[in-house]
Amino acid sequence: MANHADAHADEIGSGHHGHHEEPGFIKKYLWSTDHKMIGFQYMFTGMAMALLGAFMAYVFRMQLAFPGNPVPGFGVVSPGEYNALITNHGSIMIFWVAMPVLIAGFGNYLIPLMIGADDMVFPRLNRLSFQMFALSVVILIASLVVQNGGFGGAWTSYPPLSANPDYNLTPWGASLWLLAVAVEFVAFLLGGINFIVTTMNSRAPGMKAFDVPILVWTIVIASILFMASVGPLVAGAVMLLFDQLIGTSFFNPNKGGDPILWQHLFWFFGHPEVYVVMLPAMGIVAEVITVFARKKMFAYKTVIYTIIATGVLSFFVWAHHQFVAGIDPRMANVFTVTTVLISIPIAEMLFVYIATLYGGSIRFSTPMLWALGFIAEFLIGGVTGIYLGASGADIHFHDTYFVVAHFHYTFFPIAIIAVMAGVTFWFPKMFGRYMNEFWGKVHFWGTMIPFNCIFIPLFILGAAGEHRRIFDYHNFPHLGAQWMQDMRIFATVSLLVMLAFQLIFLINFIVSMFAGKKAPKNPWKANTLEWTADSPPPHGNWPELPTCYRGPYEYSVPGRADDFWPQNEKA
Amino acid sequence: MSADAHGHHETNYVKIWAILVGLLVVSVLGPMLGHPVITLITAFGIALIKAYLVAKNFMHLNVEKPIVHWTLGAALVLMVLLYAGIMPDVGRASGERWKKNAGWHYHGTSPHSEHSEGAEKGKGEGATGH
Amino acid sequence: MKPIATTRSAMGIMTGKLAVYWVLVSEIVIFGGLLACYVMNRIAHVEWAEQAAHTNTWAGAFNTLILLSSSLSAVLAHQAAEKGNGKKAANLLYLTCLGGLVFLIVKSFEWTHEIKAGFTIQSSGFWAYYYTAAGLHAFHVIAGMLVMLWVASTAKKNQELHRVENVGIYWHFVDLVWIFLFPLLYIAK
Repeated sequence: MANHADAHADEIGSGHHGHHEEPGFIKKYLWSTDHKMIGFQYMFTGMAMALLGAFMAYVFRMQLAFPGNPVPGFGVVSPGEYNALITNHGSIMIFWVAMPVLIAGFGNYLIPLMIGADDMVFPRLNRLSFQMFALSVVILIASLVVQNGGFGGAWTSYPPLSANPDYNLTPWGASLWLLAVAVEFVAFLLGGINFIVTTMNSRAPGMKAFDVPILVWTIVIASILFMASVGPLVAGAVMLLFDQLIGTSFFNPNKGGDPILWQHLFWFFGHPEVYVVMLPAMGIVAEVITVFARKKMFAYKTVIYTIIATGVLSFFVWAHHQFVAGIDPRMANVFTVTTVLISIPIAEMLFVYIATLYGGSIRFSTPMLWALGFIAEFLIGGVTGIYLGASGADIHFHDTYFVVAHFHYTFFPIAIIAVMAGVTFWFPKMFGRYMNEFWGKVHFWGTMIPFNCIFIPLFILGAAGEHRRIFDYHNFPHLGAQWMQDMRIFATVSLLVMLAFQLIFLINFIVSMFAGKKAPKNPWKANTLEWTADSPPPHGNWPELPTCYRGPYEYSVPGRADDFWPQNEKA
Repeated sequence: MSADAHGHHETNYVKIWAILVGLLVVSVLGPMLGHPVITLITAFGIALIKAYLVAKNFMHLNVEKPIVHWTLGAALVLMVLLYAGIMPDVGRASGERWKKNAGWHYHGTSPHSEHSEGAEKGKGEGATGH
Repeated sequence: MKPIATTRSAMGIMTGKLAVYWVLVSEIVIFGGLLACYVMNRIAHVEWAEQAAHTNTWAGAFNTLILLSSSLSAVLAHQAAEKGNGKKAANLLYLTCLGGLVFLIVKSFEWTHEIKAGFTIQSSGFWAYYYTAAGLHAFHVIAGMLVMLWVASTAKKNQELHRVENVGIYWHFVDLVWIFLFPLLYIAK
């Protein structure tokens, strides 16, 4: 292991970053290779995109509640605009919010800190990956403002609608959207290599595989899942782009192509993708609950094996998105079995979390509230997925709001609830100040209650047959009952309430960044290595990199005076 | 610099190259015998052998740690899975109760006329999907 | 200034090499996906055989020879780098690059001829896959050449010699893809 140190001896000083003039604004904030700054770049971009995605939801929900009426801040919504809004809401929330914040944001910031390294192994590649990501943001926004407007073919972009501009009526929007997604994929492929290789190779001395915190494991496994699943879709995206722009016949049935090929390529990626975002979210929850229950993770090794098993199984379930698309019914049987099977490891993880909490000394801090909220809401999401995974039931539920409610009960915990748990938990480390606890709790309740008020009605509406992706239900008399429209209005009003409460978070966040009470290195008395660095950590993270002596969850160890035992403390 | 994995000291790389070229020649000659099975064996069987030789002798995959083998192998297995899952729908022109006939035997002769006409060429009844 | 993190090697595999293998994983699934689609469609469309008859087997075989030879020079470059001879390694990398260039030149003649004869990417599904697969491969050849030039520029100063092996691994992979593309596009007629 020491052999290649000499290859690098000329590159690192012994005292490690001895002399350093303070970098200028551009070098520090825009051109940095420091993993913490890049993590912030991803997080803040993701949060800004969340505002855009939320605005889109606001507009289309207003259209659904009060069809035909001009929406304040937008105007009258045309059918094409409605389609573009729902398409881009979904795309943005998954690709430009959940992924950058959970994986690239938390991953970049926390992985080197949690494994005791001073940076990622490829800092310049890291910077390049963010720049590509930023480029994808620009391309996506461009797709919304070009002639004929943004792409409206749903985030799944099925051909022939997506392939033929005569059908989708948004030639520029369609291709720019596809290009934005492709560039985003490349950004995450590049970033993923950093996370995987850094974690595999650059752990602190003494940190064995099972001493690594669960969050790091989940981000690395998520990166591997992403890398392994996105390839066929990258190929498919090139094929679709060619169909759109130069008239090839990959997916065009009139020329011997097959639209179902796209569906398979998309969902072969699309299903592992949901686990790509789910796993880091579960990792954040694991870190938070162990700290605020003062208890070691119940069956930590089993959790790791379960995460790996979930990752592997996630490749075997994809066609449950295509049960009624015309696939071979015998394959549908196979995919029903695998889909129901995959609920087992995930349910087991939730039970493990509950077992971790059981008998713990629980403190209901804001991060803990969010973590508990995650467990409760994700349970509902997971259970409703089982209905959809059964191909027979799916004949009724497919393309209804039941599906929409199911995936919001999984995605919202992933992209918002777990993120809030992470933000409120690591804020003191990132900014050296506390967030306000009282307003944090107000924000929590003001988000959770309206969230359920939005989506429970959607389960009911979906079960009653309400189709997805319809701009105005006046053309569907059997969906025009007054109680249904009342539910739509109720859901929309709940969204307005929920959005209003997010202002509290924004104010809390910004004010605390500059004027919050100063925080020490380890405000929560946690074990993992990031809490031994300064708050916020300097460039290089520590003057001397730590050594690891034990696992990450040694809380309430019998016989010790303290109820926690940092990983870097000598025995 | 590479005390970690290399035991490959004096593989004669030029010899391996010569074997590869010989295999290439065989695979080009194979189809000339005219028998489809022989063509398949020479074409793809030889491709597999060549791939093995390059991977083993040029990439030194055989002396890498097992984790490398497992990871690359897993990616290949995934591709087999992809193929198996999609083949029943895309790899056939017709099934028990359906036929792809919208434009299945399409062959354009002039490249630029096909794109704009879009849909109406043949709304076949047996096409896959709805 | 490289971070201390880059000097660690908990897995016992050098960091750069580990990274290249992960790149290969993602490339296996990209090419694997595309080629799996091609194979499925080729089996379903028996009439594509008529189109496939028009690919230029000799050009394909010659290009295979070129790539195999460039893999040879790449591994010889690695051998030179192992022995500490940065200048020789760089020259062998330049030779490998030259192989890539010849490959691309032959391909451009090949494609020009085919397009003039009316076999364009829109002509049929076969040609769509043909140009896309070979084109994606050629894109990776170009990318590999660029990286090799950059590695050679530091290697000839006897610096960062470990990178010679890493770029070689990538290049062998590009060769491997072509080893399968050749029978798929040129032999199976």
